[in-house]
Amino acid sequence: MKQLLILSGKGGTGKTTVASAFIHLAEAKTYADCDVDAPNLHLITGEKKAPLKEDFFALPLASIDPDLCIACGICYEHCRFHSILPKEVYTVDPFACEGCGVCAFVCPVEAVTMVPDAAGQLMLYKEEDRVFSTAQLKMGKGTSGLLVAEVKKRMREGAVEKEFAIIDGSPGIGCPVIASLSGVDMVLIVAEPSISGMSDMERVIDTAMKFGVKIAVCVNKYDVNQETTEKIEDFCQKQNLHFVGLIPFDKEAVRSINEGKTIVETDCPSGQAVKAIYEKTMDLLLEKED
Amino acid sequence: MKIAVLSGKGGTGKTLVSVNLASVSEGSCYIDCDVEEPNGHLFFKPEKIEQEAITVKIPVVDQDRCTGCRACVDFCAFNALAYIKDQLLVFEEICHSCGGCVLVCPEDALSEKDKAIGSIERGISEDVFVHTGIMNTGEVSGIPIVDRLLEEIALESERDIFIDGPPGTACIVMETIKGADFCLLVAEPTLFGAHNLQMVHELVALMEKPFGVILNKCQEGENLSEIYAMEHGIPIIGRIPFDEKLGLINSNGEIVSRVDEGYEQLFASLLKATRKAAAV
Repeated sequence: MKQLLILSGKGGTGKTTVASAFIHLAEAKTYADCDVDAPNLHLITGEKKAPLKEDFFALPLASIDPDLCIACGICYEHCRFHSILPKEVYTVDPFACEGCGVCAFVCPVEAVTMVPDAAGQLMLYKEEDRVFSTAQLKMGKGTSGLLVAEVKKRMREGAVEKEFAIIDGSPGIGCPVIASLSGVDMVLIVAEPSISGMSDMERVIDTAMKFGVKIAVCVNKYDVNQETTEKIEDFCQKQNLHFVGLIPFDKEAVRSINEGKTIVETDCPSGQAVKAIYEKTMDLLLEKED
Repeated sequence: MKIAVLSGKGGTGKTLVSVNLASVSEGSCYIDCDVEEPNGHLFFKPEKIEQEAITVKIPVVDQDRCTGCRACVDFCAFNALAYIKDQLLVFEEICHSCGGCVLVCPEDALSEKDKAIGSIERGISEDVFVHTGIMNTGEVSGIPIVDRLLEEIALESERDIFIDGPPGTACIVMETIKGADFCLLVAEPTLFGAHNLQMVHELVALMEKPFGVILNKCQEGENLSEIYAMEHGIPIIGRIPFDEKLGLINSNGEIVSRVDEGYEQLFASLLKATRKAAAV
């Protein structure tokens, strides 16, 4: 199964807008939202049935039994994540704890146990041959990479149609992005023509290159700053990246999204532009390797 | 006053708001905690930059001492160690630097080395102190960089601090909020924007910090974030219009309140409203 991942580096450049348009155009049967921190794709793909929900357990977290704790402070000294709170008896900050188990190992009175912790919720929408895997990380949890890996696994396992899959990614370049990159065939980067957008794009391209995947770039709201758009095109040419097109700024796009429709379901300039980008991207994704 | 500028979604204008509030506030300090994609420095273009490398501890194996007992492999919750073909291997990218393997090794075969994961740059732009956390590409977690920035935030008492937070609601955002007196949420009018405002609203409520919202990119038509804010009693600190001129100035990396008088006044009034809300 050929997997296309949509990334941007900077947030808010239009990843989900483009991903949802692609899903609509391709009549995609297999897709996922890996932005587990702030998932939005389900708001616009028009799923009719409620998803199957399942708690996601990452690593068990430390818990200190107040009756056993002798407040010796050894766990506090050894915890690298500042998650032991020194009070009369010691307690664990569940938002800082990473579940390494060092405190349980060093405690002289066995007051620390590691207890399972639901770090998020997995959601799987299934309708006939359509499979949409997504998830929501719980507030303040740090295990998004593991959750992203699970979202992708469930998408692959549930897939009926195995030609290609479209995956909406998350902003940034850290743990969830790296987890989403592993195993995909191609990345489409939705860039934005601003100094910030360009800096962020370069950082995410640098990250994606470490995975040796095919990389294509499109620019959203290109007419907001034509000069920077040209710089992005030049950059792509120099780096030998596929440049697949420009999307104009379009007030209709906001209206369409707010009505719960992808931009290709409304007759608007941004929707037209995305269609052309879609054709080029899918050709690149599905082309035979030389 | 320490203000964390946040949004559930990326691209709503966190950097626009925090950079400009820091600019109109006299002698302030701007701290960029969005270490994966730090952008504030592109606007401030700070001078006299000093750089500090941020490192984490990574285990190093003395293969002569290692007896292959696998105690470290069994202990590591992150599967960052493996014993393959009579060799102990360390996978640095997935190591969380907990130090557990060194503690459990019965043969003293493991020690630790420093590994750079990024840096903090400190400089000055006009009268604003600019501190930027930058994570190296390919790294998984920027939390140690944010932790170091937060230590600085805790120590600074003279200057007003504007913290540019990372997007989302994960642990790194929570760390950022811990250091602030007041959380300023920035929201855009779309369906996605309102959904993400809801998430970050739940987060700040959970953290029991006072907060308010700035509505960005306001244009005619329905503003779903405004509706959410009104329905949930979130104080609206102010509004920034959707404006092509602002978009162009901002996309060129210029600080709009430094180059446009109208926006200087707008951000001065937003600062005043923020101070008032934070003082309650």
